[in-house]
Amino acid sequence: MIRLERRPEPSRAWTVATPFVAVALTMVAGGLMFALLGKDPVEAIRTIFWDPLFGDFASYSRPQLLVKAGPLILIAIGLSLGFRAGIWNIGAEGQYILGAIFAAATGLAFYPAESWLVFPAMILAGALGGILWAMIPALLKVRFGTNEVLVSLMLVYVAEALLASMALGLLRNPEGMGFPGSRNLAQYPSAANLDLIPGTGLHWGVALALIAVIVGQVVMTRHQLGFRVRLAGQSPRAAVFGGVNPGWLIVVCMGISGGLAGLAGMFEVAGPAGRLGIDFNVGYGFTAIIVAFLGRLNPIGILLAGLLMALTYIGGELAQLQMNLPLAAIQMFQGMLLFFLLAVDVLTAFRFRMGRRAVA
Amino acid sequence: MTTPLLELSGLTKAYPGVVANSEVSFDIARGEVHALLGENGAGKSTLVKTIYGLVQPDTGQMRLDGKPFAPPEPRAARASGVAMVFQHFSLFDAMNVAENVALGMEEPPALNRLAQQIREVSNAYGLPLDPDRIVGDLSAGERQRVEIVRCLLQEPRLLIMDEPTSVLTPQEVNILFETLRKLRAEGVSILYISHKLEEIRTICDQATILRHGKVVGKCDPKTTAARDMAEQMVGATLSTPSRAGGRTGEVVLELTGLSAPAPRAFGTALRDIDLELRAGEVLGIGGVAGNGQDELAMALSGEMATAPGMIRFKGREIGREGVTARRHMGLLCAPEERMGHAAAPDMSLTENALLTAGPREDLVRHGFLRWGRAKGFAEKVIERFDVRTPGPGTAARALSGGNLQKFVIGREIMQRPEVLVVNQPTWGVDAAAAATIRQALLDLAEAGAALIVISQDLDELMEISDRFAALNGGTLSAPRPAQGLGIDEIGMMLGGAHDMAPAHGES
Repeated sequence: MIRLERRPEPSRAWTVATPFVAVALTMVAGGLMFALLGKDPVEAIRTIFWDPLFGDFASYSRPQLLVKAGPLILIAIGLSLGFRAGIWNIGAEGQYILGAIFAAATGLAFYPAESWLVFPAMILAGALGGILWAMIPALLKVRFGTNEVLVSLMLVYVAEALLASMALGLLRNPEGMGFPGSRNLAQYPSAANLDLIPGTGLHWGVALALIAVIVGQVVMTRHQLGFRVRLAGQSPRAAVFGGVNPGWLIVVCMGISGGLAGLAGMFEVAGPAGRLGIDFNVGYGFTAIIVAFLGRLNPIGILLAGLLMALTYIGGELAQLQMNLPLAAIQMFQGMLLFFLLAVDVLTAFRFRMGRRAVA
Repeated sequence: MTTPLLELSGLTKAYPGVVANSEVSFDIARGEVHALLGENGAGKSTLVKTIYGLVQPDTGQMRLDGKPFAPPEPRAARASGVAMVFQHFSLFDAMNVAENVALGMEEPPALNRLAQQIREVSNAYGLPLDPDRIVGDLSAGERQRVEIVRCLLQEPRLLIMDEPTSVLTPQEVNILFETLRKLRAEGVSILYISHKLEEIRTICDQATILRHGKVVGKCDPKTTAARDMAEQMVGATLSTPSRAGGRTGEVVLELTGLSAPAPRAFGTALRDIDLELRAGEVLGIGGVAGNGQDELAMALSGEMATAPGMIRFKGREIGREGVTARRHMGLLCAPEERMGHAAAPDMSLTENALLTAGPREDLVRHGFLRWGRAKGFAEKVIERFDVRTPGPGTAARALSGGNLQKFVIGREIMQRPEVLVVNQPTWGVDAAAAATIRQALLDLAEAGAALIVISQDLDELMEISDRFAALNGGTLSAPRPAQGLGIDEIGMMLGGAHDMAPAHGES
């Protein structure tokens, strides 16, 4: 009989190893699934993991990797802070939308004036939009004890409705022949978020995501805020005894995650997306939750997980096009990744024991 | 001679890295109160869990009534007439007494019949209990009655009691002892686990002493001196903590009419507490658990805010100051619950040093943590208080209770507090470590700090306090000099038997 036994201390080796084991298991189980669908599993896995980087169309897909990974990492870094403290901001998607609306509105307010101030003003507005949207669940929780999971999630749908209203109303392109959607900010030089090195996909948002990883790592390991976050997540009573004000921590964590999500929305609307349309948001805020956990809520881990997740998205699209794999199969493949991660995760706190119990 | 009720022979149980019981053999006679003595970690719990069917021995046998007895689970033990009252109650606060009793039974009768049975049994044994009351409103002593009555309804032949008096006032202890004597007279055997030697001398007929999992002595406690038993338990001669004597200085902490609502459901509200604490003195606060100890400690540490004007530290109003600000001033606190309150279980000792020592030991600069200094401080605490651990990188959860207690108390003492509030400083700590902690507390007072020691252990309080006060229902009695205070007076200060008039005598 196999039994699970609690380890006296969580295993450090397994903490590092679980994502790799999970990826390996996903490849095996996913390969099996592709084989059952009548596709060559090796080719499918290669199409998903290898071709986007080194295949025939790599010159197109490689920049996409950073474009997709950038917002995922930026949002996930913010979320991981709260998640570690036991503050569950599930509404990053809404904060991302609000950041984009605020930023686009700010940029469009200056249109067509050219000034170097426009872009920084949009950055500030984007962050502010995300923060304000995150403050709604934060303050409701602090003041009335509401559940931040529900409130932040519900606000995503409010944000989507707001986005539609903006795209169809206030922010609609006056020269857009009545089609929904704003002017294209990417074609407005003062507001455009262009590649820092052309053709790489490395825009300002990606650069900020990398900075966020470094700052996040420093905060978590060397700063009091990171210590308090970990403390509050592990033992709330000890945290209060250690001088942490729970309400303050909720506001700070929600504010940071909302602000970063808002920034991600700002860089998206000013760059890759260009315009604010009704279908502007594509789920980065939700996928970032998976990225945060896949990266073990650790900044470096999130960097790798964000790149990996972006890779499966791009590779998944490629596999759909080239191998006629159904979208559902690709989504299942991505779901397996989280499933195996959580399953293998058990091994950090527990270990397997073979054999019978001493005396049954 | 008749066969004993329960015979244990050669019971051995090993866990990875530790032998909990090694070749334990002794007998429990019918109608005998048998004491099981030993320090924490001596193997008492494992042994009684074996008898109760929670643990299966590696080798050795038990015989009940001369017949082999090897209960695979507690249900089988209960069916054979073995019942147990645990130290930590397994009761649901939100349910009433009868419902709680029903939850512990295999086939509970209808609730109104059960309520009738509870009334009958509890009155017959002098433990009056109202089956309709909500458990959350009961005192610790009354909760214990629920557990005892639950056992008695099963008409046990052997009743195991684990540290039954740790939550009782002296008067309640007397009521309990009357009940035990009555049971003994009916031929019920009782296995009585305790480390309070005077109680054992009062109630027990036989004693078996365990040390490091082995039986190291058997004696008749009525004729053996408490000190001899203690030294057999520890395996060494004991030294009593001592201090030069009570010079006291300025008033450092002043409570005037301290009142606060209960911070959580089934908590206790603090009511109009007045107190002056002087530098260099040790104030012992006794009382049955759940009478406001946690709440008072939290109000002093700053975890619970209080209205202005109620708490003054060296003349300064601090009711609204947070935990960190109070630490800066020199008002430190060590809570009762080690895991999850005084220490974060999954964090290393270095991180747990940072938990409270940041402000006074300069472990944080401009918001950045100084890991080197924190580690150094943790190492100093480990060394000074003889904390047995591989090093400061070890997770708090990996330490034994006593070692972690030494660490969390030591952590506060090493920060040179001006006022130190400790709640249950030696709870669950073995005798040698308890002596170390008490001595360190006395040394601290000697050096001029003011101490508030909250404890359930009256012997401990009498040993180290200059003045004694009792918490009862959230109010604090006026402190009195500890010297020469009799057990009856203390009992009265603790609130007597909490209006739970015993039914002994008339039945």
